[in-house]
Amino acid sequence: MTAYPDDRRYTKSHEWIRVDGGVATVGISDHAQKELGEVVFVDLPEVGEIFNAQEEFGTIESVKAVSELFLPVAGEIVEVNKVLADEPAAVNEDPHGDGWLVKIKVSSDVEVDELMNAVDYEKFIEEEARKA
Amino acid sequence: MRYIPHSPEEQAALLSAVGVRSVDELFATVPKEVLLREPPDLPPPASEIEVRRAMGEMASRNANLSEWTSLLGGGLYAHHTPAFVPQLLSRGEFLTAYTPYQPEVSQGTLTAIWEFQSHVAILTEMDVANASMYEGASAFVEAVLMAERLTKKRSKVVVSKGIHPEYRRCLRTYLANFPFTIVEVPVGEGGATDAAALAKAVDDTTFAVAVQSPNVLGVVESWRTAADAAHANGALAVGVVNEMFSLALLKGPGAEGIDIAAGEAASFGVPPSFGGPLVGFLACRDAMKRQIPGRLVGRTTDANGKTAFCLTLSTREQHIRREKATSNICTNQGLFALAATMTISILGKQGLRETALQCLSKAEYLKAGVRAIPGPFSVAFSGRTFNEFAIRCGPAVEEVLHRCEEKKILGGIPMKRLAPGEAGWDDLLLVAVTERTPRAGLDGFLDVLRSF
Repeated sequence: MTAYPDDRRYTKSHEWIRVDGGVATVGISDHAQKELGEVVFVDLPEVGEIFNAQEEFGTIESVKAVSELFLPVAGEIVEVNKVLADEPAAVNEDPHGDGWLVKIKVSSDVEVDELMNAVDYEKFIEEEARKA
Repeated sequence: MRYIPHSPEEQAALLSAVGVRSVDELFATVPKEVLLREPPDLPPPASEIEVRRAMGEMASRNANLSEWTSLLGGGLYAHHTPAFVPQLLSRGEFLTAYTPYQPEVSQGTLTAIWEFQSHVAILTEMDVANASMYEGASAFVEAVLMAERLTKKRSKVVVSKGIHPEYRRCLRTYLANFPFTIVEVPVGEGGATDAAALAKAVDDTTFAVAVQSPNVLGVVESWRTAADAAHANGALAVGVVNEMFSLALLKGPGAEGIDIAAGEAASFGVPPSFGGPLVGFLACRDAMKRQIPGRLVGRTTDANGKTAFCLTLSTREQHIRREKATSNICTNQGLFALAATMTISILGKQGLRETALQCLSKAEYLKAGVRAIPGPFSVAFSGRTFNEFAIRCGPAVEEVLHRCEEKKILGGIPMKRLAPGEAGWDDLLLVAVTERTPRAGLDGFLDVLRSF
């Protein structure tokens, strides 16, 4: 099992967020990409769009399903991962690195701290698997 | 796939398997008050010979398009259907197959749908076309809704009054419960959409600008003008076509900046009947394909490396993601899409062009004839036309049509019936020709006009 990096926080809808100064990078977790299967398309927002915490900011389409993407915290989109337009499989290959989705300008760090850390997130996945 | 009815023995076996004695018992939960109490009021049974005679007599009272000359158009054009089309369509594999999308049993149908998509994409000069729509009006509305999904957070659609009034009515019905505004722009003196009024109506809240060409008055519009007005404000341009033969001569909407093309493809092999059933189409740019409503067939290779066809991009459809589906449309108009595919295939590039040229030439012949009459009739608009145009009538339009009927000519459509209350259109008669319209019929129509 992949170790979840502890330089970031995780959500119950399986996104991750890593803050670096005033800008945070958002992606989906290794667990999420495994559940989705082969990703074939990622629909991302425009730079400049503003979203609330937990608001849908895009969709991710795999061979199995289309799922919504939710922003872990409120913020303004400052960059989207353009590589994904031609290589959506990057989300499968490197979900915690090159397969990132968007970068946002975060309004407050407090919101990020309230999310799960790597240890809590791994426990959360285990619990979900037990319930299923 | 074949439809095979069950025998009385099979019916008995099925009933016993579910544990009921009769078909009536099976449907016992149907409320008594909705059941038919007595047989419908019909004449008593008759022999086949008697029935044929009676039906023949009834049919002879119809205005039959093989005997009459029809100048009816208005969105539906009576083109020639090659004899092999109904012959092949009547095969059980095509005629009775329902939802024939399973790739393991429907390669023939899927291939035909893929060919239909390819024909539509080539004719409209767009990147992608779907597996067909039910008919032109709902295809147009789906195109507008698609533009809304693609632009996000905009609320206005600007629609030319040159779009068929019934298509516009259909749009109003669909949008009645959406928080969207429809702004209609009039046509100018030449019969095409008033370009200045169009540009003025579009702003940064507009998600779509829609025009039809040739429009409901028969006038060829500039796709480019509508596309520029849309794009200058970040909106998308929707182009409606309901006489597909025009695309054999005119540039396709995709070549002139239109983002989504939609309309009616019944001109290819589908008779006008009583106004339907018909076959719609929808095509768009590649970047927009994930917002296409309905089905899309793709070409791929199977496990053995052979060419195969299957539904593609179906994760965005209603049957998988109901609450987030791109639209309610989750089937296509399979049989008539096949009729269109067969007709286009047998005509070929050359045949399509020759047919279109015949339509254009006959319309110009009729137009010149109207212009040559010194009486109270004139060609209403100066704009370029294809196979249809409007005549401004001094005498009552009804009287003109009445005199035509006496000569077995269906003399056209009164615009006041197609677009009731539209200012300046009350005295217009809309006439259309196809390759089927005989010259004698055109001369007969001109004789009628001269009789006033």
